[in-house]
Amino acid sequence: MKKMVAAITIAVALGMFGAFAVQADEFTKKDLEKWNKEFMSVVKEGDRLFHSALGKNKVSCDMCHPNAANTHPETYPKFQKQIGKVVALRDMINWCIQNPLEGDPLKLDGPKMIALEAYITYERKGKLLYPGKH
Amino acid sequence: MKKITRRGLLKRGAVAAAAATLPLSLVEISWGKGSAQNFTFAYISDSHLTHIKGTKFVRNFDKGLKKAVMECNFMSPKPDFVVYGGDLAQLGKREELEHGLEIMSKLRHPVRWVIGEHDFYLDMGRFWEDKISKTTYSFDHKGVHFVVLNSILTYDSWIKRWKTPEERMANMARLDNPNGSPFMVGDRQIKWLKKDLARVSKDTPIVVMSHSPLYKIFKPWNFWTDDAEKVQAVLKPFKKVTVLHGHVHQILYNQIGNITFEAMMSTAWPWPYPLSYIKKPNQIPKITVFMNRADPFHERDATGWSILNLENGRVTNHYKLWENRDRILRYDEKLGYPVDTLYQNPARRIPPQEHY
Repeated sequence: MKKMVAAITIAVALGMFGAFAVQADEFTKKDLEKWNKEFMSVVKEGDRLFHSALGKNKVSCDMCHPNAANTHPETYPKFQKQIGKVVALRDMINWCIQNPLEGDPLKLDGPKMIALEAYITYERKGKLLYPGKH
Repeated sequence: MKKITRRGLLKRGAVAAAAATLPLSLVEISWGKGSAQNFTFAYISDSHLTHIKGTKFVRNFDKGLKKAVMECNFMSPKPDFVVYGGDLAQLGKREELEHGLEIMSKLRHPVRWVIGEHDFYLDMGRFWEDKISKTTYSFDHKGVHFVVLNSILTYDSWIKRWKTPEERMANMARLDNPNGSPFMVGDRQIKWLKKDLARVSKDTPIVVMSHSPLYKIFKPWNFWTDDAEKVQAVLKPFKKVTVLHGHVHQILYNQIGNITFEAMMSTAWPWPYPLSYIKKPNQIPKITVFMNRADPFHERDATGWSILNLENGRVTNHYKLWENRDRILRYDEKLGYPVDTLYQNPARRIPPQEHY
């Protein structure tokens, strides 16, 4: 009996995936709009965070980086000479939060970090990737 | 035979040393008949002292202003005066302005004040005018006519759109604010300027000091004065005009007709050059050799102050950069614009001066 239930479950599951697989590439303009809306809502949240005091001293990211300029997301990962190794943009975001902003680091895979990355890279949209550049 | 005295020898030695370091034409003209005297003054700007709560202020920004004040006090020979170029406060708060006055009170030299938007938009300049300085005035010093303008005024409609003074201040304080408003000098001050300059001869060197640049560089960050052309037109008949400004937190210089423009460093933090924001076009002056890209791991990098020598009615600007080699801008009489004494030649430039 147990075996049979398992077999039916697998069959149903396969059927479902099979059915969805047919439509995998056929997303619509409406889907695109929806996904872009989702993305832009995260960019907007990143914009808000970038312009608010994330640390403990009222200093915000935009004070040194208006429109996220001089953050150079397209150059990461790169060798950060002051740290002595290759780091990602998010490591530098946390460095800024801990030092000039005198705050606690964000969780590397948390929604705030992703929002900040979304805003910073969005402001640099169209720039060619150039990992390692100084 | 004339007796050689110690004083005479020292004097001749000094003349020889000066002749060796300065181009000869400059020496002759600067000692010529009827020209302005040479003298030195200092320029401190954009400290953005930020109140946290109670007696706490942002340590980093306090440190910048304190360092500039200390170094000014060590200047030898002493400067004739020190100019404060505006944005003493971050959000125009009384606590911030009083804290700034306390730090500035350690200066052993007289101070001339220029107001910035961060000092202004909370109470529309009331505290500043009551306790610190007038915002529009002029004075003569050793044959040079100095003019101070309040260049950070803006449109009444923008001023009235905010519910509270704090909201208005916060919106003006944000550099990249899409709801910002361009700076302007305004017709009233321009009228005053015309009247003030009417009594000044056309060969008197003029130094104008404003917070924002009196020309147009990048509107999205207010590196911009909306009626700049009107002010330039009033200055046009004068032979030697220099405009010194703060606001941009970077080495920046330009020449428009007869007017030389030079920006002062911030003691607090540097700003990127507008070309680093790729989404909007800019009008960065082509003659500017950029400062080094800032190293955030050195807190005082890309901040500093200036020593300005008035030589023959032209400004020689010594940028005192705390974590970098100093930069010197000197007006080149032949070229007709200011040049960096080391880096103006493209072949001499270094990789950190590339901004992107």
